[in-house]
Amino acid sequence: MIDMKRRTFLKGSVAAGAVSAAMGAGLLTPRMVLAAWPTAAFEAKTVDSALDALMGSHQLEGSDKISIRAPDIAENGAVVPVSVETSIANPESISIIAEKNASPMTASFVMGTGAQGYVSTRIKMGKTSSVIAVVKADGKLYSTGKEVKVTIGGCGG
Amino acid sequence: MASIKIRAKMSGDVTTVKALIKHPMDTGLVKDKKTGKAIPAHFIQEVTCEHGSNKVMTAMWGAAVSKNPYLSFKFAGAKAGDTIKLSWVDNKGESDSAETQVS
Repeated sequence: MIDMKRRTFLKGSVAAGAVSAAMGAGLLTPRMVLAAWPTAAFEAKTVDSALDALMGSHQLEGSDKISIRAPDIAENGAVVPVSVETSIANPESISIIAEKNASPMTASFVMGTGAQGYVSTRIKMGKTSSVIAVVKADGKLYSTGKEVKVTIGGCGG
Repeated sequence: MASIKIRAKMSGDVTTVKALIKHPMDTGLVKDKKTGKAIPAHFIQEVTCEHGSNKVMTAMWGAAVSKNPYLSFKFAGAKAGDTIKLSWVDNKGESDSAETQVS
């Protein structure tokens, strides 16, 4: 209960912050700032609800045309390099999900004209979990996963 | 505010864009050790990359992207000397952008 209240409070203060910063700048309206950002997907607590919010479905189809490059053991959960490469034709988007993070949805890359099926970034991971890459193409969701072990102490166990 | 380092390199007809952005990426879950209060969430929500008028990539990020984020992707259709523009917007409405030439 307390936790729920805190979350509402946080949401409220974040929104208020965005509004005042944008008004201060006098250039951007808050609506423009948050235009396309799918708040519900990034605040979802489970992989399925995050996918529902972002893609409208969580029907994943395993695919061997997606490869994830991430370390087997990450010494520092704050910086885990992840690359996703896919040979699926015309990918619409590539999303990276850390399954056991408080909010699993980590990043979603929407591909424009000419974009190739490759993205690379660095993510934070709270604990050992699988990293899931979801590729949307042709209205379908394809996915593959990779287990990444996180040693929080950072001693390389 | 030069918060972005960006490079775009072409090999064959595919251009690889690499960018480093300087940003705290606070999740809102971490507590300040001195005051005991939570550090408010402050993270980049959207990164867009444009080649001319074509939006080649739009990245939507949550707070779980690492501090000082790194980003790399590839696209086809650019020529050497073309301008690539990368810009970001965070949850406080702050933003920045940078341009580079494809080499």
